[in-house]
Amino acid sequence: MSLQMISVILGSLTIASGLMVVLSKHPIRSVIYLVITFFFISAMYILMNAQFLAIVNMIVYAGAIMVLFLFVLMLLNLNKEMEPESTRMSVITAVIAGGTLFLVMITALRDTFQYGKGYVQVAVQDAGLVEKLGKLLFSKYLVPFEISSILFIAAMVGAVLLAKREKQIID
Amino acid sequence: MDTAMLIEKSALVLLLFLISLGVAAYQTYFERKLAAWIQDRVGPDRAGPFGILQPIADGTKMFLKEDFIPAKADKWLFIIGPGISMFTALITSSVIPWGTNVNLFGRDISLQVADFNIGILFVFGVVSIGVYGIMIGGWASNNKYSLYGAIRASSQMISYELAMGISAITIVMLTGSLSLNDIVQSQHGMNWNVFYQPLAFFIFFITSLAELNRAPFDLPECESELIGGYHTEYSSMKLGLYLFSEYTSMFVSSAIMAVLFFGGYNFPGMDAFSGNTLAILSIAAFALKIFLFIFVIMWIRWTIPRFRFDQLMHLGWKVLIPVAIVNMLITGLVVAWNQGWM
Repeated sequence: MSLQMISVILGSLTIASGLMVVLSKHPIRSVIYLVITFFFISAMYILMNAQFLAIVNMIVYAGAIMVLFLFVLMLLNLNKEMEPESTRMSVITAVIAGGTLFLVMITALRDTFQYGKGYVQVAVQDAGLVEKLGKLLFSKYLVPFEISSILFIAAMVGAVLLAKREKQIID
Repeated sequence: MDTAMLIEKSALVLLLFLISLGVAAYQTYFERKLAAWIQDRVGPDRAGPFGILQPIADGTKMFLKEDFIPAKADKWLFIIGPGISMFTALITSSVIPWGTNVNLFGRDISLQVADFNIGILFVFGVVSIGVYGIMIGGWASNNKYSLYGAIRASSQMISYELAMGISAITIVMLTGSLSLNDIVQSQHGMNWNVFYQPLAFFIFFITSLAELNRAPFDLPECESELIGGYHTEYSSMKLGLYLFSEYTSMFVSSAIMAVLFFGGYNFPGMDAFSGNTLAILSIAAFALKIFLFIFVIMWIRWTIPRFRFDQLMHLGWKVLIPVAIVNMLITGLVVAWNQGWM
């Protein structure tokens, strides 16, 4: 089986599971479909020879963030009776917002169809391997890398502060 | 990839699968005998001499029981749950180097199914998705005790994953590689990581117990509070798969601890041997290390009582993670000093 064939199959599976996230009625099932989508995206990374990205995507998104999502949803115990009725107004706004995003994405992806052969060509074969990535992150992209870590610390401090404040009100 | 390689890898995968299941089955026997010994009892002794056929009898019993699915359960997720647990327990064995190369039919066969350059991250990836089996199974049962068990399992595993990762980073710093094969080879000649990183090993061992849901961290299936925890509603071989996956992951995580901290298949005086003799001896040395870890884990279960949940969270977040971070910083400084970066 050729590489193109595999990528087409993987792509359609990714889109199918992504659609199921939106279409499935039950929130827990949506989360599980989203986890499956992340696995397919990881498979895409491996296809592009970016093993490190693939595994980090699995650890961070499928392994940590989605577990927290599932955790919260299980605690909330949402079911069909509790689903809010969607009004005509909210349907119209959702369609406009989603359509705008879709338009932006088509505009962004238009160039690949124009210049490439329909596929994104990977310039360097070993760009996603851990040695190359590490060296780039600590030389060329050092400043953005450090700034994004400051952003994470700010988010963490913010979360702790919010949790603390609530406790003081209870006292 | 040529055909011979495909065949040898497939054979190795099948062999590992069978060995993992066999070891897991006999771990149940060993655990019961050990418990009996610690508590001054006889233990299983009816099936075969010394009760040696007990796991087979247990397995047959599991298959012959009625397979019951609760009426209000989410049927599909209820069925998938134990499967995910078993899958994640088994798949980690593919990145572990089980011994030095074996020479068979004129071919040098590596005893590692996949030599990723990110092997250690693969292990953490599998550990982090391992919680889904318990969570999905516990939630799908539609039973409040199962849900309590599932929620306890997930919060416990998320909390201890952090300390586990940070303590393993020190090994990556010392070795300079994420590949498990490189980590094992760098420990050649009694340069075992446990001598350089005793604290990291200690933290890794405690967090492994927590990730395995073994006593003293077995709160998700705490029978005095939660009936059976996440597998309350399970019966027949579905319950069997949950119990089996616990023993399989115990085997695999003992192997991981041996690889990261106790030199993997290295043993003192291994340079005197070569070829297939070396391969067999290295496999035996590795198996011995795994056996010792399994023994210690079981010994702890029958000695130490269970934690309370707030004690568990306190230990994870306020003791293990800070200690692991300080250990990582000191290791980083020492490595930088040795490399002449400071």
